[in-house]
Amino acid sequence: MTDLDTGGPLLSMAGIVKIFPGVRALDGVDLDVRPGEVHALLGQNGAGKSTLIKVLAGAHQPDEGTITWAGEQVRLNNPVAAMRRGIATIYQELDLVDGLSVAENVFLGHEQSNAGFVRPGTAVQATRALLQRLGHADISPRREVGRLSAAGKQIVSMARALSHDARLIVMDEPSAVLDGGEVDNLFRVIRDLTADGVAVVYISHRLEEIRKIADRVTVLKDGRTVATSLPVADTTTAELIRLMTGRSIEFVFPEQDDSVTLGEPVLRVDGLSRPGEFTDVTFTVRAGEIVGLAGLVGSGRSEILETVYGARKASAGIVTVDGKAMRKGSVRAAVGAGVGLAPEERKSQGLLLDQSVARNISLASLRQFARSGFVRRGDEQTAAKQHAESLDVRPAGVERPVRTLSGGNQQKVVLARWLLRGCRVLLLDEPTRGVDVGARSEIYALIRRLADDGVAVVVVSSEVPEVLGLADRVLVISEGRIVHEGPAADIDEHRVLDLVMEGRVA
Amino acid sequence: MSEQTTPAPAAPPPDEQRRVEAAAVETAEVTGSQFARIMDSSVGRNLGLVIALVILIVVGGVTAGDRFLSVDNMLTILRLASVIGVVSIGMTFVITGGGIDLSVGAIVALASVWATTLATQTMAEDTHWIVMVLVAFAVGGGCGLVNGLLIAYGRIAPFIVTLAMLASARGLAEIISDRKTQIVSNRDFVQFFGDSVLGVPVLVIIFALVAIGGWVLLNRTTFGRRTLAVGGNAEAARLAGIDVRRHTAMLYVLLGLACGLAAVMLMARTTTGTSTHGGLYELQSIAAVVIGGTLLSGGRGTIVGTVFGVLIFNTLTNVFTLNNKNSSTQAVATGVIIVVAVLLQQRVGRSRGST
Repeated sequence: MTDLDTGGPLLSMAGIVKIFPGVRALDGVDLDVRPGEVHALLGQNGAGKSTLIKVLAGAHQPDEGTITWAGEQVRLNNPVAAMRRGIATIYQELDLVDGLSVAENVFLGHEQSNAGFVRPGTAVQATRALLQRLGHADISPRREVGRLSAAGKQIVSMARALSHDARLIVMDEPSAVLDGGEVDNLFRVIRDLTADGVAVVYISHRLEEIRKIADRVTVLKDGRTVATSLPVADTTTAELIRLMTGRSIEFVFPEQDDSVTLGEPVLRVDGLSRPGEFTDVTFTVRAGEIVGLAGLVGSGRSEILETVYGARKASAGIVTVDGKAMRKGSVRAAVGAGVGLAPEERKSQGLLLDQSVARNISLASLRQFARSGFVRRGDEQTAAKQHAESLDVRPAGVERPVRTLSGGNQQKVVLARWLLRGCRVLLLDEPTRGVDVGARSEIYALIRRLADDGVAVVVVSSEVPEVLGLADRVLVISEGRIVHEGPAADIDEHRVLDLVMEGRVA
Repeated sequence: MSEQTTPAPAAPPPDEQRRVEAAAVETAEVTGSQFARIMDSSVGRNLGLVIALVILIVVGGVTAGDRFLSVDNMLTILRLASVIGVVSIGMTFVITGGGIDLSVGAIVALASVWATTLATQTMAEDTHWIVMVLVAFAVGGGCGLVNGLLIAYGRIAPFIVTLAMLASARGLAEIISDRKTQIVSNRDFVQFFGDSVLGVPVLVIIFALVAIGGWVLLNRTTFGRRTLAVGGNAEAARLAGIDVRRHTAMLYVLLGLACGLAAVMLMARTTTGTSTHGGLYELQSIAAVVIGGTLLSGGRGTIVGTVFGVLIFNTLTNVFTLNNKNSSTQAVATGVIIVVAVLLQQRVGRSRGST
């Protein structure tokens, strides 16, 4: 392990490109990790963090780029190959078997055995030693993993990584499931590991944590590295947020047409609360208006949107559409009143991927095309086609499965669904997530067109410039509260970030 | 009991079949091979089934000659296929909607026993045999409703709920009948369902009507559309404003009603109601649905495929019986057919980037 002595990089990824159908998930990413350091990987949802660590774990093969490990260029063809090299990944959803004991989990897949017979005693002893090294001698190796707390499970995952003689441990949002005291303990364990020369890649979007634990930080945005190996001590939190959310590409936003006068208030949200997510959220959206919610991940912005839609049940407050109060926690009531949602996770929440474009478009308005229960398929096709064409879904033709479309065109299909339904309120959660940069302007123009037609639009986005460019009015959300409300034209990105920070770090 | 049984291996629970869609989506290949495209079209899929059936008929004709090819024998195959066929059509809906039902055989038994109790038969004598039919439907639909409510609103896995129903419905049938075979005394009832129209047995006509009705319901109505949506992506269906829970419950009621009808048909064919009716129907119907091309994980279903699946299994049984091969050999052949069909299905699925 000469690299340890010379201080050269343990891992060096250069120009990594990963293309999924319709989207470049990684578009030239660089990452350098030294032995014994904590290297933070920072980025918004959809920036490409997960894809990058999957490449590193051998779960995805990069289309371009090189991976150099301990001075030697390597290919990681599968997760086992990565593990053999000493790269261990602890995923957000811990991959432990609840029904097995701690020791059995630690040595799962490489059991301590003799001629095929498991040697439980050896495994238990080895596990005890690993847990001791992690400072958790209190966890019994014979304990059933399902009975451990989230923090305990994380320790077991780390013990498993160490049992493979890991020299690099990737931790994906390890603090997401932990409370304050447990996070401190996690940090202590991480420091012990790095003191032994193990490198840690730490993924989080909690900036305070990164400030506490990380030595250097690499920032991803839109599948690219916008900053590589910045020393954390010399970088301000504001700078990190700017890198994470800042404008990296000039988007073309549609012109706001001043001649369009706003209509009556359509959507009213009054005192909406959900414990632990957001508190006392009140706002109004008028016909023809686009209201943007800006805030960091975890600020409660997506939760607010889903609660307005009835997909989550509010503990307090009411939502009214056209003066009519919605039943709490009822999506059907919302849809019935003319509310539509383009969800954050388009593929898993929004689309029937194997079914045709036409069927996806007509999904929310089947009743329109039904006569005593029978779908009039001619009318359905015609209407779907008309909306697909008006939104310029490409390639043309409504018979192909939605799966084969690019991210941008899939989003258009979701929009077409609500257009066909003739909705009064449109809720858009991350409308350009997974959408090619080129196609974004098109989506923006579409959203503006919908508003000009009298729809009340609410947009949530991680990208502050997107919210500012698209919306007429902006609500800044921090820690589940609205900390600012005002016209989009009167506020700039820095001011938004300051507001977000005030609510967050101060 | 004159029922020919075709044992099949137990189907795995649907949850096991479900993979994390998101993972598959990321690595989805946009273009499939030509072969996959042909196999994927409904023509290609059914073509494979037609070929399988033709091969079976040729084998039957060569080995058993006229005994197999006679019109009488063909009608026998169809008559035997019609009862399990009706159950399988209902099963197609439940599986397409992302569920499974292991209790169909037990529900058939309970419905047949309840409809042939002394009280029911006396009532039928006094009024009309339609009373027996209505009782069978009520029992079937009622059991289906219990299944559906527990699955959709009680949020218990379909595998568990219907396993419980399997045990308790058959047990209840044994209690009611005191494990005795109850003879259908109503002659008009037996005559009506035992009759033929233009040489076609009424039972076969019923199966044909149910199949046509099922095809229309799945492919031409909002109910069918919602079934595909719920089975394909329940979360997307919910966020599009579909009442996923109510729809799921309705699917099990539909299958329960199909079981009630199957019980009536079985009572007519055997002139009995007994707690042993419908043995292994759950396995036979699931097998027929799956080799027909309906995805066990839901979201894609085919009635035509199910009809072929039922015909293939029943023709196979007939060919083996005519050749004096015992039921053990049949069981082996059945198992091989199921595995080959599902392997083929998975290849198609994989090339499309889904399970």
